[in-house]
Amino acid sequence: MIKKIAFIIRSLPYKTEASRLAMTHAIASQTVEIYLEDGQNVEPIVALVGDGVMNGLKSQSAKCYGVSTLEQHTKNGLLLDLPIMYCKEDVERLGLTEDSLIMDADDLGGDMKARIVPMSEINAALATATHLQIF
Amino acid sequence: MGKITIGAFPGLVGSLSLDFAVKLSEAAVKKGHSVDFWVSSNGTMLSKKGQRAFKDYSVLYKTLEELFKTGRFQACACEACAEARGYHKEDTMDGWIRKSMDWYLASCYNADRVLLIGGE
Repeated sequence: MIKKIAFIIRSLPYKTEASRLAMTHAIASQTVEIYLEDGQNVEPIVALVGDGVMNGLKSQSAKCYGVSTLEQHTKNGLLLDLPIMYCKEDVERLGLTEDSLIMDADDLGGDMKARIVPMSEINAALATATHLQIF
Repeated sequence: MGKITIGAFPGLVGSLSLDFAVKLSEAAVKKGHSVDFWVSSNGTMLSKKGQRAFKDYSVLYKTLEELFKTGRFQACACEACAEARGYHKEDTMDGWIRKSMDWYLASCYNADRVLLIGGE
């Protein structure tokens, strides 16, 4: 049986470690099977809402602090086929566009595409999750 | 009885979120439930051995020691988060385990309830 765990990211990509923790925990789903029985698994859903949509901004720089950026984490998530959704209303509210956001990990060889979807669609996806984790 | 998985991220000092999480664990275990307690980020400070009790600071290690004795309480610290903060295996309080984040997700899988506390 596969159980969905939803990671709802509301935090900014700076000033707090929360969104980084959300992405690293979601990515950790790739190896969760070692702790589970045959046939059991966890399927993460990542929803970037509110200020959290900023985590997917392109051209984030790792130079200042010398640590990985949330841009890299977003790409890694897509590379590992994590479904990543941006809240359309918040993307528009913050003056962002699809061009300004990480929508794929093509350059890393990933197939999964991020999606900008209305909050209603995110809510519908969250309704399918067994557990919610809000960061 | 049920199983509760609690994830907590704030540090031991500077926030009362860990106090709340440990109190909640204690209440759940007293009711007969089992608790998996996961700390990552600054929360790994909770697993550091050699803590001293001062009246002005949170003192949670004594409660944890009692919880470990019940056999219905597991506490696990994110190994990478701990190492990044200089908390090594030899610095870890008895009773704790150290694993990567997939341990937490596996615990969530088998939990009746999952609470993420202090994820702000």
